[in-house]
Amino acid sequence: MTTPCPSFSPRRIGAMVLRHWYLLRSSWPRLFELMYWPMVQMFMWGFLQLGVARAGDGAMVAATATFLAAFFLWDVLFRGQLGFSMSFLEEMWARNLPNLMISPLRPVEFVLSLMAMSVIRLMVGFLPVTVAAIWFFGFNLWGLGLALAVFFFNLFLTAWAVGMFCSGLVLRNGMGAEGLAWSLMFILLPLSCVYYPVTTLPAWLQPVAWALPPTAVFEGMRALVLEHAFRPDLMAWAFGLNALWFVAGAIAFFWLLRGARAAGSLISVGE
Amino acid sequence: MNSRDEVPAIEADGLTKRYGDSVAVDGISFAIESGSITGLLGGNGAGKTTTIGMMMGLVAPSAGAIRVFGADMALEPYRSLHRMNFESPYVDLPHRLTVRENLKVFGLLYGIEDIATRIARLAQDLDLTEFLDRAAGKLSAGQKTRVALAKALINEPDLLVLDEPTASLDPDTADWIRGHLERYRAGHNATILLASHNMFEVERLCDRVIMMKRGQIVDDGAPEELIERYGRQNLEEVFLDVARGRREPKPAEDAAE
Repeated sequence: MTTPCPSFSPRRIGAMVLRHWYLLRSSWPRLFELMYWPMVQMFMWGFLQLGVARAGDGAMVAATATFLAAFFLWDVLFRGQLGFSMSFLEEMWARNLPNLMISPLRPVEFVLSLMAMSVIRLMVGFLPVTVAAIWFFGFNLWGLGLALAVFFFNLFLTAWAVGMFCSGLVLRNGMGAEGLAWSLMFILLPLSCVYYPVTTLPAWLQPVAWALPPTAVFEGMRALVLEHAFRPDLMAWAFGLNALWFVAGAIAFFWLLRGARAAGSLISVGE
Repeated sequence: MNSRDEVPAIEADGLTKRYGDSVAVDGISFAIESGSITGLLGGNGAGKTTTIGMMMGLVAPSAGAIRVFGADMALEPYRSLHRMNFESPYVDLPHRLTVRENLKVFGLLYGIEDIATRIARLAQDLDLTEFLDRAAGKLSAGQKTRVALAKALINEPDLLVLDEPTASLDPDTADWIRGHLERYRAGHNATILLASHNMFEVERLCDRVIMMKRGQIVDDGAPEELIERYGRQNLEEVFLDVARGRREPKPAEDAAE
């Protein structure tokens, strides 16, 4: 009845994606929530940009031209991490984690399924909002072309690294660490210069900003929107940092999982 | 012993778990043969849940080892996890998914080849057919227990670990579940490990009882042997003697008289 148990199985990853797809499909509030906040944010930044453009202040218009693109890319970063962490937290809230941990599902497969779910959850909310941005403000994010794929890839790597770290903390420390899954990413909002260039920061803070992978992505976005120049050097820098962050996030997750086994946290999930 | 296995289904060797200064499981050793039903008994804090956690690879031992079908569960759990399964009222299935969706997900996780047929068979065996397409969270306690048992049987496990499988069930449903477990063991030569506070259930189902107190094994034997050894009428009285430390087992020659 059962097949031999391979050490890696795309089928098991598919099972976990299917489990979360069933959940999303069964719950319209969950689906609505994926679209609601991005839509609200898009309108706020869209109208701000429109208002500044109508005021006709040339310098301000140039500065705000990137707001909508910055909002969208920040949303990829934030929602990407939230999609990862929320999918993980759903298992904690459902008290289903022990069922998964005693199944043949390997931790690496679990992580890969959470990464897949972060992409799916983001796209469910993101696609309608980008279409609405074209409709209301004439802003076509997809017009950024191939560069957009590079931006997305880099932002997802950061989102997954932070998601793995947050999920590991919850595994090890229980639901007391849940708040970090919602808030940890916000430390990157001012430091990675989402809405302003790195030069805006005080000189002593700029090296910190450049150590964060999203900073290079947002600088690259501004170069593309304002100067119509794709900056491969920035993308290479972001990718190099992301590789380090991703490995660090994965090490943290597996180390915290090991700690959870040592502390007995996996048999008291939800506490 | 199952013909597939030359080793015991479960083998603990000096198994110890410490949380800081507190010792939850204190160097216990035992072996459980394939095809048996064994009860793991003890009061709250006796170390049963921690022992089961280590058996399932959820808790890492501080010392010693526990092997399932020969695989050290701290070092190589995936050698055996696909042959095991677990059910507990303290672990849930996702509430918003239907029974069928839950079983399909776990069928895929356990590598079941013909999932639809397997679900149909389980639904028939466990009387789930009428609510297969209902959300798991909308079922009664008895229905949830049957669904949890269906999940635990999805891979036809060689080792089934049950933590209070009939807790909070009415006597009729509890009896029905016990009957199903007996049939499953007989039909599959499966090993069942049962942690329960229901002594009637343990007496009915178990070939052997391991009694724990403060992390140690304080007695071990067939239910009828233990009853005789303690000079009691039933296992509940034996349990109370052990839990309250109020009577030592009679010497072997006395018990034999």
